[in-house]
This record gives sequence, C-alpha cells and structure tokens, in this order.
Amino acid sequence: MKEKTQGKLWQLFVSMLAISACTFGGGFVIVSLMKKKFVDEYGWLDESEMLDYTALSQSCPGAIAVNAAILVGWRVGGAAGMLAAVLGTMLPPLGILTVITMFYSAFVGNPYVTLLLSGMQAGVAAVLCDVVLSMGRGVLAQRSAVKNAVMAAAFAAVYVFDVSVAMVIVCAGVLGAALQLAARKEADA
Amino acid sequence: MILFELFCAFFEIALFSIGGGYAAMPMIRSQVVQAHGWMTMSEFADLLTIAEMTPGPIQLNAATFAGMRVAGFPGALCASLGVVTPSLLLVSLLAYVYRRWQSLSVIQGVLGFLRPAVVALIASAGLDVLLLVLFHGQRIALQTADWLGAGLFVLALVLLRARKMSPILVMVLCGVLSLAVGVLFGAA
Repeated sequence: MKEKTQGKLWQLFVSMLAISACTFGGGFVIVSLMKKKFVDEYGWLDESEMLDYTALSQSCPGAIAVNAAILVGWRVGGAAGMLAAVLGTMLPPLGILTVITMFYSAFVGNPYVTLLLSGMQAGVAAVLCDVVLSMGRGVLAQRSAVKNAVMAAAFAAVYVFDVSVAMVIVCAGVLGAALQLAARKEADA
Repeated sequence: MILFELFCAFFEIALFSIGGGYAAMPMIRSQVVQAHGWMTMSEFADLLTIAEMTPGPIQLNAATFAGMRVAGFPGALCASLGVVTPSLLLVSLLAYVYRRWQSLSVIQGVLGFLRPAVVALIASAGLDVLLLVLFHGQRIALQTADWLGAGLFVLALVLLRARKMSPILVMVLCGVLSLAVGVLFGAA
C-alpha cells in the first residue's frame, strides 16, 4: 500500500514536471494538459471536479498553474501530493531561467543581441496591445456602465496618478463583492 | 536580507495577480522596476520577451530572472518560493470555503470587477513598453522616434490580429527583422 502511494506521488511529480517544462503561454494551456493527463489518462479525478478546480485556480491570486497543481495534488495525495505537484511545477522554470539569465548577462552587451532584443521588444508591445484589445472588447461587450467606468478609472489611477497596482486591485475587488451582495439581497427581497 | 526582500516582493506579486500571466505583469513591474529598482524598464521588457518564449508561469520565470540577477541562485530560489507561498495558503482556504458553501457567486462577482481593472493595468504597462520601443526613454518628439521600432510594432500587431499568428513566432520574426536591418544598414 505504502509503495503504491509513493508510486502515485512520483507519477504526480513527473507529470507536473513534464507539463510545466513543455507548456508555453499562460495557465489555461497548462490546465487543459493537466486535464488530459489526470482525468483522461490516469482517471484520478472526474471531469467536473477538474472544471471546478480550474475555476478555483483562476479565482485565486498567484499563478494559475501553481494553484491547479496544489488542488490536484491535494486531492490525489494529501499534503505530500500537494508538495510533489508544486515542486514539479516549480523546478522547470527555475532551471531554465537560471541558465538563460547566465547567458543574458554574458550576451546583453553584444550589439547583435541588442538588435535582436530591441526588435523583439516591439513584438512584445504588439502582443500586449493585442491582449488589451481582445480583453477590453470583452469588457465593453457586457455593456455595463459601472465596469467601463472601473476600467477607465483604473487606467487613470495607475498611469496618470501613480496609484499602486495593489490598491487598484483591492478597490475593484471590494466594489465587485459589495455590488454582488447587494444584488443578491435584492433578489431575496 | 536581500533574500528576504526578494521573497516578500514576489509574495506580494503573487498575492495581487489574479487571473493569469498577463495580470501579473503590471505587479511585477511595480515591484521589480519601480519599488526596488532591481531592473531597468528595458531589462523588464527583455524579461517579458524571455518569459513569453520559455515554458512555465510568467511569475516563476520573472522570479528566477530577477532573483538570479540580484542575488544569484539563492535569490532565484527565495523569489520562486515567494511566488508559491500565497497560493499554498489561499488555495487551501478558498477550496475549504467552496466545499463548505458550494457557491462561487460572490467570488465570480469579485472577478467580474477585477477584469476591467486588470485590462486597464495591462494597458498601462503595455503603453510603457511601447514608449520604450518608440522613444528609448528619451523625450517624446518626432526627432527621437525609432521608425524601425514603430514599423515592427505595426507589422506585429497586424500579424497577431489579422493573421492570428502565434505570439512567439511574431516576436522571433520582429527580432530577426531588426537584426537584418541593423546589419544591412550598419547600425550595429
């Protein structure tokens, strides 16, 4: 029995290691790979559980992949499973970026590397612009005056008035909770 | 001491970044560039490029990059632990709340209002990267504008939006074009 648990922990660790090492782009990609591995292949949890875990990991602060690893790890192997899954998720970025940073320091003075990186910065600016346009359109499509006002106010606060990012997040969250509770009370009454 | 500072800075970054990689970015900038001065804006833009092109969550990539530069491998490790710790605490708490009440409506209400704020935050950080590309931190004027950078930005945006090309491919293409133009016209 003990050997079986250890085998499961090892499988959990190796799976998360492989998933974290091979997924480019954000948490949503990682979550769908986790579903393939843990639901479809190993059958450790069912699909609706995985959907709930995905919603929870998105709602929680922190990296989505780390949050999902914690939830699945806990479900599969308790505290030990949680640690195994988190370690597996953590190690690849730690290793890969350590090596890249060493190269970065050595190469950043090189004029060709500078040219390459400055061109890529233009690409990054475009990627961010694309993200803002898509997400912004999603917000506008809801046709909620309050949400549009929150978006405009948040931009002015950070860009013009130098308000801290954390402050903006907390204010928006409190406003959202208050309005939701008020709406629920109205529905009850 | 610097190790503890790294841990705290990335603890805060993880604590206030809700909803995925891009949402973490304004937070990383405010801690790493503005509050602690561990990186210049240009190094931060390089970090975004590198984080986008390597696997794994951006918070962990940023933690390792900043930690390595400030305090070597121990720094990278402390910063990464800082990213994971809030998750360990809060996910267990939220999972408990969820199991107890089986309802996510208040959480969803909060998320519904975080989203517009997050879009605005990303826009603000993105605008700074764009200004860096166009004017290299100099005074904003026609004479200081980098026309190659501006052209690459427009090209990249068209490829992303009209052609739905993969972001990594678009960035590599921009880098190669910039290198080619620099070598051909002797800017290097």
